[in-house]
Amino acid sequence: MTGAEAQSQQAPAVLPEQDHTKTELLIAVIARMLDGLGHVAVGASSPIPGAAALVARARAKQFLRVSVLASQRHNDFTDGGRELFDCAAQGRIDAFFLGGGQIDGQANVNLVGLGDYPELDVRFAGSYGSAYLYFLVPRVILFRQEHSRRVLVPKVDFISAPGISPPGIYRPGGPHALVTERCVFSFDRAAGRFTLQSIHPGDSLESVRDNTGFDFDCPAQVAETPPPSGEILALIRGQVGVGIAEVYPKFARKVWGIG
Amino acid sequence: MNGIVVVTVEELVARIVDGAMVAVPPDYSFVAMAATRALIRRGARDLHLLAVPQSGIQADMLIGAGCVALVETAAISLGELGAAPQFTAAVKSGKISIRDSTCPAIHAGLQASEKGLPFMPLRGLIGSDLLRVRDDWKVSENPFKQGDQIVVLPAISPDFALFHAPFADRNGNIWVGRRRELVTMAHAARHTLVTVEEIRDINLMEDEGLAGGSIPALYVTALAEAPNGAWPLGLPGEYAPDDAHLAYYAKQAKSDDGFQDYLVEHGA
Repeated sequence: MTGAEAQSQQAPAVLPEQDHTKTELLIAVIARMLDGLGHVAVGASSPIPGAAALVARARAKQFLRVSVLASQRHNDFTDGGRELFDCAAQGRIDAFFLGGGQIDGQANVNLVGLGDYPELDVRFAGSYGSAYLYFLVPRVILFRQEHSRRVLVPKVDFISAPGISPPGIYRPGGPHALVTERCVFSFDRAAGRFTLQSIHPGDSLESVRDNTGFDFDCPAQVAETPPPSGEILALIRGQVGVGIAEVYPKFARKVWGIG
Repeated sequence: MNGIVVVTVEELVARIVDGAMVAVPPDYSFVAMAATRALIRRGARDLHLLAVPQSGIQADMLIGAGCVALVETAAISLGELGAAPQFTAAVKSGKISIRDSTCPAIHAGLQASEKGLPFMPLRGLIGSDLLRVRDDWKVSENPFKQGDQIVVLPAISPDFALFHAPFADRNGNIWVGRRRELVTMAHAARHTLVTVEEIRDINLMEDEGLAGGSIPALYVTALAEAPNGAWPLGLPGEYAPDDAHLAYYAKQAKSDDGFQDYLVEHGA
């Protein structure tokens, strides 16, 4: 181990709140959405939601169970890949996270590709568990860091999972919020529309509108997203960073120089 | 030895005939990478690759090497290292067909098969374009509740399940611990082919602590010893992924020349 590596493994000092990064802000924003829940599951390609879940667990007044896909240490499932899905169908998972190559104003998500299926112009990885978990987990938080008209579109090219369902379709779950690099939207399932909830420092209503391809509701006054507290920042830079490095080593190295 | 068939890795993969449906686990489970390289060396063709329920470098290598005609999966990705380049290129060029799925649908199809059932119902899916493009999936009605629509999926019966494991015992029982998607795969497949780090001179069935995490030999057609057989992926509980090598693969696989060089360099 070099000196630099040894140094990077020490718990970082608590920095002033104004010195937080965008990544840390997003982790804190998502962590606040998990307050009071009993079981949060984290799926594939989700380092920021995963870190947020670990923050929420560390701060929970009552016990919060966190199940991180592909983790040995933060995952107590013993019945293989299917157990998460079986748990979700039984109502044992309170929150989950989905991303999307495209997300539209009705909260439809597209994880398959761009163009006319099956002759796609751009192919994404695939739908993962979205077509199922979106229906069954009460609080699905959409997270997509890139906030542009390329991603937030009027209508997705392929619906991996629909944001809303007609009456009569079994659907205890669905979208709760959409978090991006610019803002937080909440989602009204009855109306099938997003409402701007808060704008991150550095962005404005104008920049959000300019970069959003779908129509959304907006209150007269939109709050600024509050910064992470010093306590949350210390958590993020300490045990949470180390914890998430198990599954997302590249992310932890890039953001905190861990590992 | 008790009916156990121990072969070399080459002999193991020689059993996987061209055109067969082969079920494989995700990168964070117990992936038979030494056997994957052997399968590429033997020039396997037209495989129907079933990712349970997603795959990464293993699917990308098999696809890039021309072994696969059809992939059925919930996703193919190199995770933190980004898109799976050979998969992405092959889907776009039409070199392979894809049967897009979602994780629990693949688990459910295998569960139908392990129970000897023709289909399995599954929640969700209604309103997803997956249901539109999958003409083998149907919407039915809950026979116990009028008007309750539910999707039914056909059983998935792979010809082969292929995976790696930390160890087998002298009778061919395989220890997989909590990686129980491997159990489902073995139950559902006609033949299960396994590579293991080592064959130990023990009997797993005499140890209550280990028996519950084991696949009995009755499901296992053949096994081969392949030390470090999940490399460059990790074997959870045994060794970590070789991150530097996986990053090297991700870089090489971005071009066909780089990919071919990689195969030559790494004996596949």
